[in-house]
Amino acid sequence: MERHNGTVTGFRGRLFRDDAVVLRVQKLGESDRIITLLTRRHGRIRAVARGVRRTTSRFGGRLEPFGHVDVQFAEGRGSLHSISQVEGIALFGGGLMGDYPRYTAASAIAETAERLSPEEQEPSLRLFQLTLGALKALAAREHEAALVLDAYLLRAMAYAGWAPALRECAVCATPGPHRGFSVPAGGSVCSDCRPPGAANPGPPTLALMCALSEGDWTVADSSPVAVRREASGLVAAHLQWHLERALRSLPLVDRSRPAEPVVQTER
Amino acid sequence: MYEGAIQDLIDELGRLPGVGPKSAQRIAFHVLAADPTDVKRLAAALHRVKDLVRFCTTCFNVAESEQCRICRDPRRHDEAICVVEEPKDVVAIEKTGEFRGRYHVLGGAINPLEGVGPDNLKIRELMARLSSGEVKELILATDPNTEGEATATYLALLVKPMGLRVTRLASGLPVGGDLEYADEVTLGRAFEGRRVL
Repeated sequence: MERHNGTVTGFRGRLFRDDAVVLRVQKLGESDRIITLLTRRHGRIRAVARGVRRTTSRFGGRLEPFGHVDVQFAEGRGSLHSISQVEGIALFGGGLMGDYPRYTAASAIAETAERLSPEEQEPSLRLFQLTLGALKALAAREHEAALVLDAYLLRAMAYAGWAPALRECAVCATPGPHRGFSVPAGGSVCSDCRPPGAANPGPPTLALMCALSEGDWTVADSSPVAVRREASGLVAAHLQWHLERALRSLPLVDRSRPAEPVVQTER
Repeated sequence: MYEGAIQDLIDELGRLPGVGPKSAQRIAFHVLAADPTDVKRLAAALHRVKDLVRFCTTCFNVAESEQCRICRDPRRHDEAICVVEEPKDVVAIEKTGEFRGRYHVLGGAINPLEGVGPDNLKIRELMARLSSGEVKELILATDPNTEGEATATYLALLVKPMGLRVTRLASGLPVGGDLEYADEVTLGRAFEGRRVL
């Protein structure tokens, strides 16, 4: 019997199907994995994929991190479900793992998505679309990996309600741009509201952050490296202030190397 | 809850990976019923593994002396180093009998989500081995998953400028499997790595 929301009930218990982005995989026992997925309609889900570490697994390759997949879950007794079928929609992981800067940026995106969905099975369509879009943009290689990551982090913060004030003073809302930037105050600050220890980013840095949060890629792609670095530092500091706990993957993001596939195949 | 020694044993066994409370209880009662000689042999093996086993100072495989059996073997050639994630991968490759070079065990793979970066692996030590000039080929045999592939990519970026031949183990269809059941990533890799017969 199929219900309107894609759930199926039968003698095997409740099955449900959704499309999802694979955020994290963890080893379990001899040959299983626990897969953390951000689904379109069911929010974040953790599920056991049995036997996927065996070379004979029929769907292990589709459950690698960063893939967009169509999954059928069998509901478990607790919060841990099991995965019964998987089809690949767009397996971005294959392209990202051959490009180290993009792989590290994708890892930071996945960790941020996981941290911004603290409750399991609480639908968060906007975060799902944002995460899927960011991974798609990384795989498409149209923009530098670090820019895609910073754009994602700024928009994810806006989703969470922590968007930094960039065009006005975070304290008194006086229209800017302003020279000061204070993470505890919530973004750029005017000279009257500026707290001690506020940073002094250059005007191009704030312009880049505005461009990234609004999707103005013409401005973002033409920004100098030093401006990108400064913007990345402010975005990371702002995010981690609000998350209250540092992201493990963010310090490991490779912002230096140019992308070039180098592993050769022996024929 | 049991009393004294049996409960202590159940608690200790329950801390092992993959052993739940029921399994711990079953093993503890098996030990209780077993022949004392067998139990003493098990206890001695546990002591010996902690007292004697260490990591090889050259390749970081498990060893009972400063260097492992493979690093000490003069019949193996020094021109190729096969990089693996864990000591158990050395055993898997040794079983094939196809490789007669040396190994280097990284101790894991780069996994930013778990906070594991290049500095947490034995990559600096690998670079030191490669700088001797004896090695001509580096075989990257990390796991064929996202973390393993990313680690291989990172190592290839580091090592290529040194002028070494860097190769990666082929990925593709498992022997004994049906083509129709292969996922698109595996089948795509098999196509990429096809060879002329």
